[in-house]
Amino acid sequence: MSILEINNVSKSFGGVKANVNISMKIEQGSIVGLIGPNGSGKTTLFNSIVGTHPIDQGSIKFDNNEISQLPVPVVAKLGLLRTFQQTRIYGKLNCVQNMLISHKSEKDNVLTIFEKIPEELNEKAERLLKFVGLHQKRKLRAGDLSFGQQKLLELAMALMNEPKVLLLDEPTAGINPTLINGIIDRLIKVNKEYGITLLVIEHNMRVIMSLAQKIFCLAHGQMLADGTPEQIKNDKRVIDAYLGAQ
Amino acid sequence: MKKNNLILYGVLLVLGLTAPFLFPAFKVQISFMLILIILAMTWDVQGGQMGYNSFGNILFFGIGMYLCASIQIGMFFPLAEWTESGGEKTFLHTPTQYFQGLAVGLVFAAIVPAIVAALIGYGILGLRGHYFAICTLGLGIAAGEIAGGIELIGAGQGMTTPPWPKGIGDTELRAEFFYYICFALLIATFSFLNWAYKKRFGLVLNAIRDNEDKAEAMGIHTMRYKIVGWVVSAFFVGLAGGLVGNIVGYIEPIEVAFDGREMGVFMVLMAILGGKGTLWGPVIGASAFHIFKEGFWTFFLGWQYVALGFLIVVIVVFFPEGFMGWLREKYPERFGEVIDEADRKAQVELK
Ligand SMILES: Nc1ncnc2c1ncn2[C@@H]1O[C@H](COP(=O)(O)OP(=O)(O)O)[C@@H](O)[C@H]1O
Repeated sequence: MSILEINNVSKSFGGVKANVNISMKIEQGSIVGLIGPNGSGKTTLFNSIVGTHPIDQGSIKFDNNEISQLPVPVVAKLGLLRTFQQTRIYGKLNCVQNMLISHKSEKDNVLTIFEKIPEELNEKAERLLKFVGLHQKRKLRAGDLSFGQQKLLELAMALMNEPKVLLLDEPTAGINPTLINGIIDRLIKVNKEYGITLLVIEHNMRVIMSLAQKIFCLAHGQMLADGTPEQIKNDKRVIDAYLGAQ
Repeated sequence: MKKNNLILYGVLLVLGLTAPFLFPAFKVQISFMLILIILAMTWDVQGGQMGYNSFGNILFFGIGMYLCASIQIGMFFPLAEWTESGGEKTFLHTPTQYFQGLAVGLVFAAIVPAIVAALIGYGILGLRGHYFAICTLGLGIAAGEIAGGIELIGAGQGMTTPPWPKGIGDTELRAEFFYYICFALLIATFSFLNWAYKKRFGLVLNAIRDNEDKAEAMGIHTMRYKIVGWVVSAFFVGLAGGLVGNIVGYIEPIEVAFDGREMGVFMVLMAILGGKGTLWGPVIGASAFHIFKEGFWTFFLGWQYVALGFLIVVIVVFFPEGFMGWLREKYPERFGEVIDEADRKAQVELK
C-alpha cells in the first residue's frame, strides 16, 4: 500500500520550473531515496509535500487524503513531518525542552494552550535522546551543540512527534564522516522498530545506496529515473546528469 | 516551591505590603515603579519570550486609561459636559459612585484592550520580525492622533479623571489605596506569567522565538499562541493604563495615554536592561531603571535624554542579554546547563 502518492506535481518560481510533472509512489514502511544534482528541485518537492508553498498543479495524497491544499501545521499533525537541510532547532532551549515541545499534543485547541506538559513525556524524551546519543548533553542549550549533534537532535525531535512518514533533507550533510555509519544505523532502526516510512534526500551515494530500497532521481525539475539502488547506479542518464552537473 | 524561592517571595511580599509606611514620601513613585514592572513584564511576553518586538503595547495602555476614566465618569454624569470644561468642579462622585465606577472601569480597561489585541493580532501577527515591529510602532502613533481628535474625551486638551471623593480621608489615603491596587495587579501579573511560562504556552512562545518555521513544521499552530500571548499582555497593560490615569489625575493623548516616545520605549528598555526572555529580568530592569531615572534625572538638567541615550548604548553594547543574560553567561550551571557526568561513562559513543 502506498502511503504517499504524488501525482503530476508542478511548481515554478517566476520563470524557474523547479518541479515539472513529478509523480512518485511511496510504499508504507519503506525507505526511499531522492537524489539529483544541486538545484534539481528536491527541496522544492519537500516543501510542496508538507505545504510550505502552494503547488501549481497536481495532487498529493497522504494516507489516501488529499493534502496539497493544507497548511504546514495541519499536514504535520496528520503525521507527515520533514527535517531541514540547515538544521532547525530551538537554540536557546535545552535539548529536553526541544524534545518536549516536539511532542504532538492530541487535542490541540485554545483551551490546551495553558496545559501542563505531561510528566511522562520526560521519560520518552530522555529515551529518544539516548537513542541518538545526546543524553549526557540533554541539559545544554541546543544552540551550543555542534552541527552534527543538532542534526541528531532534530532527528530525535521528529521521532518524539511520532510521524508516519518522515522526510529527511540530507541527514548526513556536514556531519563528521566517522559519525555517518551511526546515523545510517539509526535511520534503519527508526524504519524497522518505529515503523516510520522514510523519504531521504541525500548526496552521499554510499549512504543512500545502503539505506534505500528504491531511489528516485531528479534533474532540472523533472523525474529522470527511478528504480532500485542497483538500477540507479548503472543508469546512464543518472550518471550523465550527475557528471554533467558537477 | 523551593525553600529559597519561598524566602525570596516572602521578603518581597512583606516589603511590598509595608513600603507605603517605610517610604511614606515615595508612595506615588513606588506605585509608578510597580506599574513599570508590569509594563516591562508584559512587553517581555512578546519581545523577550516570543521574540516579537512590539512597540504597540502602549496602545492598550492608552485604551485602558481612556476607557476606565470615561466609564467612571459616564456611569454617573454626562461625559461630554465633564470633558468640555473642568467637569470635576461641577459633578462630584460620592464615595460609593467613585468605587463603583472605578471597579467597572477597570473591568472594561482589561477586557476591551484584550479584544482589540485579538483583532489586531489576527491581522498583523502573521508579519515576521521587523515588519511586525514597524507595524506596531504605527499603532501607538495613530491611536494618539485619533484620541486627539475625539471631542467626547477632551480631544487634544485631554480630560481629568474623577478626583478622590470628599469625606473619606486625604490624598495620603488616596495614594495608599492606589499603591495597594498596583501592588495587587503586579502580583496578579507576575503569578499569571510565572504559571503560564511553565505550561505549554511558555515553551511554545520560546519555540516561536527560536525558530517559528520549525515550530509550524512540527505541527504547532503558532498563530493561536501569538494571539493569546498578546491578549494576555493587553489585558494587564490595559489595567495598568486604567490605574495610571487615576493616579495622575489627568489624561492627555500624546504625553500620557499613548506616550510611545517615553513609556513605549521605556518598556522595551527596561526588559532588555534586566534581561529579556526571563521571568525576573523585566522586574529587575524596571526597578533599576526607575530608581536610576528618578534618582538622577534632576541632576542632568535638560540633558536627561542624552543620559538616557547613553544608557541605551551602554546596555546594548555591553549587556545585550541584560542582567539576567549576563548572569547566565557567567554561571551557566546555576541555570541548569550541565553536561551529565554521571552517565558520560555509561554513554555508548555514537560511532
Ligand atoms: N522560494 C524560492 N523562490 C525562488 N526560487 C526557488 C525557491 N526555492 C527554490 N527555487 C529554485 O528552484 C530550483 C530548485 O531548487 P531546490 O528545490 O532547492 O533544489 P535542490 O534541493 O535539488 O538543490 C532552483 O533553481 C532554485 O533556485
